[in-house]
Amino acid sequence: MWRDTVLVAGKDLRIEARSRVALSQVAPFGVVALVMFAFALGPDRATMAKGAAGLFWVAVLFCTVLAVQRSVSVESVDGARDGLRLSGLDPAGLFLGKAAAVAAQLVVLEVVLGVGVTVLYGARIEAPWLILASCVLGTIGLAATGTLYGALSAGLRVKETLLPFLLLPIAIPVLLAGTRIWQAALAGGVPADGTPWLRLLVVFDAVYLALGVVVYGPIQESA
Amino acid sequence: MTTITDVGTPTPVTACPVPSPRARWTVRIIGISAAVGVALTVWLGLWVTPPDQTQGDLVRLVYIHPGVAWVALYLAFGLAAVASLLYLWPRTRSMFWDRLAAASVEVGVVFNICTLISGSIWGKPTWGVYWAWDARLTLTAILLVLFLGYMALRRVPADPEKRARRSAFVALFAAVDIPIDHFSVLWWKTLHQGATVLNPDLSPTIHGSMAWTLLISFVALTLAFVWMLLVRYRIGVIEDWLAANELDVALLERQSEGVAPAPDLGLERPPVPEGAR
Repeated sequence: MWRDTVLVAGKDLRIEARSRVALSQVAPFGVVALVMFAFALGPDRATMAKGAAGLFWVAVLFCTVLAVQRSVSVESVDGARDGLRLSGLDPAGLFLGKAAAVAAQLVVLEVVLGVGVTVLYGARIEAPWLILASCVLGTIGLAATGTLYGALSAGLRVKETLLPFLLLPIAIPVLLAGTRIWQAALAGGVPADGTPWLRLLVVFDAVYLALGVVVYGPIQESA
Repeated sequence: MTTITDVGTPTPVTACPVPSPRARWTVRIIGISAAVGVALTVWLGLWVTPPDQTQGDLVRLVYIHPGVAWVALYLAFGLAAVASLLYLWPRTRSMFWDRLAAASVEVGVVFNICTLISGSIWGKPTWGVYWAWDARLTLTAILLVLFLGYMALRRVPADPEKRARRSAFVALFAAVDIPIDHFSVLWWKTLHQGATVLNPDLSPTIHGSMAWTLLISFVALTLAFVWMLLVRYRIGVIEDWLAANELDVALLERQSEGVAPAPDLGLERPPVPEGAR
């Protein structure tokens, strides 16, 4: 299983390294979203700093949808999905590999967006470990759910419109938890205790990773 | 005048499954009892029961709002989750569970919207706002969008088996999300009053005619749910039959056009096989 995970993740990341879709399209989209939020909230920096935590996570969620769509579309042509199924790779490994590749791209994206939030909105990080922990846990959860829904929508002609509708409501706990943790970690934000939210993220991650490992094989058959 | 003589032999069409007379009567009786129950609730709720000391006539919403919420949030979505799980379990896999889940979600969404509307009507005079971002309201809204997603997925044309499987997975993922959502919105904010009937020590905090009316409203709305569920299930059966036989039925109609005498300017429809209507 782990070998297959590394193989699949390596494949997806190699495709990304050669095509640079996430880096040249998804990450700039995230920055554009941050700029748009700034326009929506007005030029007052205090308001923006207050909203920084939530806006960061909303941008991450939107970018997750794009990253997942990309992860599905690289396998949508030339019968690549059937090829993967025929290859004899463990479905659990396939799931973890695809999720790992999405997660790796999201981490890069979060660094870009994090810098964007501090520069554009003037947010100051006071507890870096909370930021780090929430990003790691949130990314795992988003990658796991995203990969599951990506596989579910893979064979559908309407996947571009259906995927965000299905995925974003499921990711609400990540948005709530991530935002609260960031508010606790940023200076001048709403005072909040981050630890119960970190536990919630751990549960979310564990549940969807376990589900993915178990049901990814059957999901592929329904695509 | 030209007549088409050779139109080929009519294509055989498998008849649409028809429920037994007993099943039909059961559905009818449930429907009538639901209507009577709802009428009884309206009468008791609007005329018989007294207004509340603090809330006045507003309290009469208690005979609608908790009932529809119970049906939508627990009964309908709970049933949909269980049915989806039973569909996914290889030993109990059958289209029965798929159709039941689909019917349950659809009726549940209707009740969910009724919950939100009746809650808003209640919220405006008591809390001062139509919508408060409190934990229960938020969770109800999240449930609505989760199951609207389920319905959107079902509407995508697909092979019935694949659609059933995909939908069951989406219902499963949504069901797993609900407890996590519950805790996250609970920690996020809370304003809603605690449960009136299903409170931890199971002793209702209201009495007399009000308690009875509340109980009757729960029974009536549950019956209404069951009736709608059964009718929707039957529609699901007919839809699946039509999807499988659509072309054959159309062919049969086309073929019988030539055979049937057509003096009435073609206003009369050719006979359609039993069950295809």
